[in-house]
Amino acid sequence: MTAVGEKLPAQDFPITRADLVRYAGASGDFNPIHWNERFATSVGLPNVIAHGMFTMASAIRVVTDWTGDPGAVLEYGVRFTRPVVVPDPEGAVLRVEGSVREVREDGTLDIDLTASVDGKTVLAKARVVVRSSPTP
Amino acid sequence: MSVSPSLIGRTYPPSAPYEVGREKIREFADAANDPNPVYWDPNAARTLGYPDVIAPPTFAIVLTLQAGRQVINDPELDIDYSRVVHGEQRFVHARPIHAGDTLQVVVSIDELRTAAGNDLITTRSDVRTVDGEDVLTAFSTIVVRGPER
Repeated sequence: MTAVGEKLPAQDFPITRADLVRYAGASGDFNPIHWNERFATSVGLPNVIAHGMFTMASAIRVVTDWTGDPGAVLEYGVRFTRPVVVPDPEGAVLRVEGSVREVREDGTLDIDLTASVDGKTVLAKARVVVRSSPTP
Repeated sequence: MSVSPSLIGRTYPPSAPYEVGREKIREFADAANDPNPVYWDPNAARTLGYPDVIAPPTFAIVLTLQAGRQVINDPELDIDYSRVVHGEQRFVHARPIHAGDTLQVVVSIDELRTAAGNDLITTRSDVRTVDGEDVLTAFSTIVVRGPER
């Protein structure tokens, strides 16, 4: 039985430049700030930055690995507060933690996620609503 | 960009139908380094009651990003794309997308505001099957950074 305050298993997601190139291709977002260091620095960024949507896709795994059924995710929203800088070849490591904020009467869960790189928050208001009952 | 509140509610023509295929779902899951079998194996998906492999919760960005270009390129909004950053994103699902769906996106302008010298534009993308079944709604806020001060 899931209780308010229950922690989901935290995960660390390493991110390299190659991940961003693959995500660009899969998502169709070819903005050069996500793969071209020369371009990224020319527009005032410290280096190439990850797609916010890549960070979002990675972070939800803390929930979907826990439930096993990604189709149970009813709502998922985030605010992008700080870019995830991905230098080559070092890359970055995204740390994601989750906890249950509310258990509704019908069993639906509200989950808060925190996502950080080097201890600095990169997603705020990261909230997930998960259906707890089996798939109809 | 000039924020004109009169543009709130503006709705753009539906996108061309998008056929969701198993391999595209697998490609997206692979790009997210996500091995969940429900994205890869139709039998695993059927065990959970789905008709075919389902798409990850953020997959709809593939469709909504494309459809959202109508807003970015709207001459009346006059957006400088080189100053655009992604501010917020939210998906509200009626059900997961699965292979075999044919989907269309209708994008509208949900909110326009100015904060700290930046323009914030929130779009709403309603994703439905071509038969009119609601699948999800995506809300996306982009920030158009104002001139450096």
